[in-house]
Amino acid sequence: MEVDYSGDVMTLNMGPQHPSTHGVLRLELKTDGEIVADAIPHIGYLHRCFEKHVENVDYAGVVPYTDRMDYCAAMNMELGYVLAVEKLLGIQVNNRVRCIRIIMAELDRIASHLIAAGTYGNDIGSFTPFLWCFRDRETILDLFEETCGARLLYNYNWIGGLMFDVKPGFEKKVIEFVDYFEPQVENLNTILSDNYIFIKRTASVGILSPEVAISYGVTGPNLRGSGVKFDVRKDEPYLGYQDIDFEIAVGTGEHGPLGSCWDRYMVRIREVKESCKIIRQAVAQMTPGDVRESVPKRIKPPAGEVYMRTECPRGELGYYIVSDGGPKPYRLKVKSPCFTVMSAFREVSRGSMIADIVAILGSFDIVLGEIDR
Amino acid sequence: MLTYFRNLGLGLITVLNSMGVAWRHLFTPSVTLQYPTMKWTMPERSRSRLFNKIEDCIGCGQCARVCPTNCITVQTEKRAKDEPEVFAADGTVKKLRTIVFDIDMTLCCYCALCTFPCPTHCLGMTGEYEYSVYDKNDHLYHFAKDKPMAANAREEHVTEKA
Amino acid sequence: MESIARLLQLIPKYNALPGIVRALLPMLVSCILVFALLALAVLFLVWMERKVSAHIQDRLGPMYVGGWHGWAQTLADALKLLLKEDIVPESIDTLLYKMAPFIVFLGAFAAFVVVPFGAASFVTDLNIGILYIVAVGSLSVIGIIMAGWASNNKYSLYGGMRAAAQIISYEIPSAIAIMTVIIPVGSLSMVDIVNAQKGGIQHWFLFRNPFIFLAFVIYFIASLAEVNRTPFDIPEAESELVAGYHTEYSGMRFAFFFLAEYANMLLVASVATTLFLGGWTQAIPASIAPQLIPGPILFFLKVLVLVFIQMWLRWSLPRLRVDQLMYLSWKVLLPISLVLVLGVGWLTVYW
Repeated sequence: MEVDYSGDVMTLNMGPQHPSTHGVLRLELKTDGEIVADAIPHIGYLHRCFEKHVENVDYAGVVPYTDRMDYCAAMNMELGYVLAVEKLLGIQVNNRVRCIRIIMAELDRIASHLIAAGTYGNDIGSFTPFLWCFRDRETILDLFEETCGARLLYNYNWIGGLMFDVKPGFEKKVIEFVDYFEPQVENLNTILSDNYIFIKRTASVGILSPEVAISYGVTGPNLRGSGVKFDVRKDEPYLGYQDIDFEIAVGTGEHGPLGSCWDRYMVRIREVKESCKIIRQAVAQMTPGDVRESVPKRIKPPAGEVYMRTECPRGELGYYIVSDGGPKPYRLKVKSPCFTVMSAFREVSRGSMIADIVAILGSFDIVLGEIDR
Repeated sequence: MLTYFRNLGLGLITVLNSMGVAWRHLFTPSVTLQYPTMKWTMPERSRSRLFNKIEDCIGCGQCARVCPTNCITVQTEKRAKDEPEVFAADGTVKKLRTIVFDIDMTLCCYCALCTFPCPTHCLGMTGEYEYSVYDKNDHLYHFAKDKPMAANAREEHVTEKA
Repeated sequence: MESIARLLQLIPKYNALPGIVRALLPMLVSCILVFALLALAVLFLVWMERKVSAHIQDRLGPMYVGGWHGWAQTLADALKLLLKEDIVPESIDTLLYKMAPFIVFLGAFAAFVVVPFGAASFVTDLNIGILYIVAVGSLSVIGIIMAGWASNNKYSLYGGMRAAAQIISYEIPSAIAIMTVIIPVGSLSMVDIVNAQKGGIQHWFLFRNPFIFLAFVIYFIASLAEVNRTPFDIPEAESELVAGYHTEYSGMRFAFFFLAEYANMLLVASVATTLFLGGWTQAIPASIAPQLIPGPILFFLKVLVLVFIQMWLRWSLPRLRVDQLMYLSWKVLLPISLVLVLGVGWLTVYW
């Protein structure tokens, strides 16, 4: 008779309602004592049938739906879709639209990374940076509210242009914000990133090696944290990013093995600084113009298909649109970066302790709205 | 052995640095707005509750067509030929009587796509955000003021949109 | 206690009461007085924590209840907890479940009878004062294990065991740090320890001896772990997977755990003040000025400073993981405290 001496594997459920999973995610942990043998993510609790829904809405009406996928970085979601449809239609927008789109996308990137940093600190136990990040984010949201009227779900990037032109004085306020914000990142670093306790908790867990990351198709800060210099804005530039000078932030493994949670978190903080640089250059390159001059009256793209990749704060966002010549999309498929990262989560978390699961999940910075759509 | 003491020192120094930053923040002014005694003034482009100035509405139904969530219902009927002419504020003649103009705010996604095609700019998003109600049906706003015509005259005139 | 006894003599026909009553009544009255003062102090501390945390986080904290900066917020919260439904799960061990909060509470409050608030303001002066505090303070471990076991919930049991392991392993460096003060004094009595520091700031143990200065730091860190404060608050953290020993408690039972935590904070701060910061004695040397501010007020101010530092630490630092916590206690604090005891012994003998 065979007796299994491998120890009993207990199944623990980190259910859909949990303070630390960033949204409704169910993690089924198979633990052997304190070590996690397997962590199976179950998603689908926030599935809203986005891809089917938009087959019944005309192209311009799809933009509010794309906002709601990754609600923390809505500008970037809209941008990807709008660029895809413009590629299908063959529209070239003028310089003013281009610069404002870059400014909005980068401001949204800063806002999204602030949420990531704040909530990560919250999970690790440091409650103060959360409030400081949100205080800084308020200024960004106020800028957005002044321009388009909404704070979180904007519907601002339209096919062929923008909803409204920015108000006079917007550039000055943006530069003021960037000037105020860059020293605040040092504050954040002092209380969180360079804190020895935080480093001990994050720099030796959740190692994602570059080979594993590439094989799973991980992109964005999660990939750059493992040392791979890959950014869609440099690889396949859109919106004229080739005319803007910025560095790709990568993880350097200075406090532990390369590809740890600390590296991924630090890549986001460094990216925020790069975004500030990009914003300054975009403001300098702005020219007067009409933001709605290329907005078509009726949007009926010719039959065909298009795939457009953009760099959203969580990775490479892809929109695959099939058009049949009608006013509504025939098929819209979104390639969500957080979805690919969740598949890599299982491999990364094998062998870590239960207390580290929270740290690893937080470092991947997932938003369930994007995973489930 | 040396790493042991180095880590100890590092730990102490970074902890003291974190505490220093927190100390400085004790003296920065708070950013709390004590709502409801104090309120922000909403920016002019703020997108909250929808409002339709029904006197200017010409019943074209463009807003209902564009809405991604189908929250606007417009039902019109042709004005009888012997009625006096009615004008919207900007001079457009109103050829239709709007008998039903319902907006279901529980469906509205606040995208403001409906406000752009309106030819007379009667539909707009106000900055009013404090409109909670106890009964969900109170969020279905009925803006239309025109009554439907007599039953026998109705059949040839009714047009329903969205 | 003697002053209470003298006050009670003023009651007419007091001496007609039987001897046993006359012996116990001053004790009872002074204990109740200390308990009442403690309860008030704990209520004040909860409010202070919320205000301090709010200002560190650039926000305002309680502003509404009671008018001026929400001072009555804690009273409102206590009232709410009292009015809550007493939810008792079905499959628990009833006696242990109901006794656990009280034992934890007891461990925190009973130690205050030997803390000297002033020259004559203490309930009693045991000649084993500090040993009594260390012993009674560890009663709360029993209460935590009872709470974890009686909840009949594997996560609570797990959390309770962890909390107990944390508290027990941090008692050792804390007790050894206390020993470094006892060596120069030569007596375990709290009143004697304070009297050895009379005369001004240069006599305070904190500044008399570099080893004792480091012992203060060790004691402070170890006592943070005793009271389950961040960075050592694994037992209380709701975001970690294991829910903790007080999940199945609600309403007033939960309030007892909560109050006991703040009372514990006050206790370790009071012990640190008595041992290292001179208790109720004043900082200005006696040769320059006599003691103007009464002892108890000065004592409370010093305790408040230490409690403020505890709160400051909570809101600046992230949490340590359980194994890192154990590493800190056994491999960092314990060796250092042993070295400090040796150092203090050597200094006391040869100086």
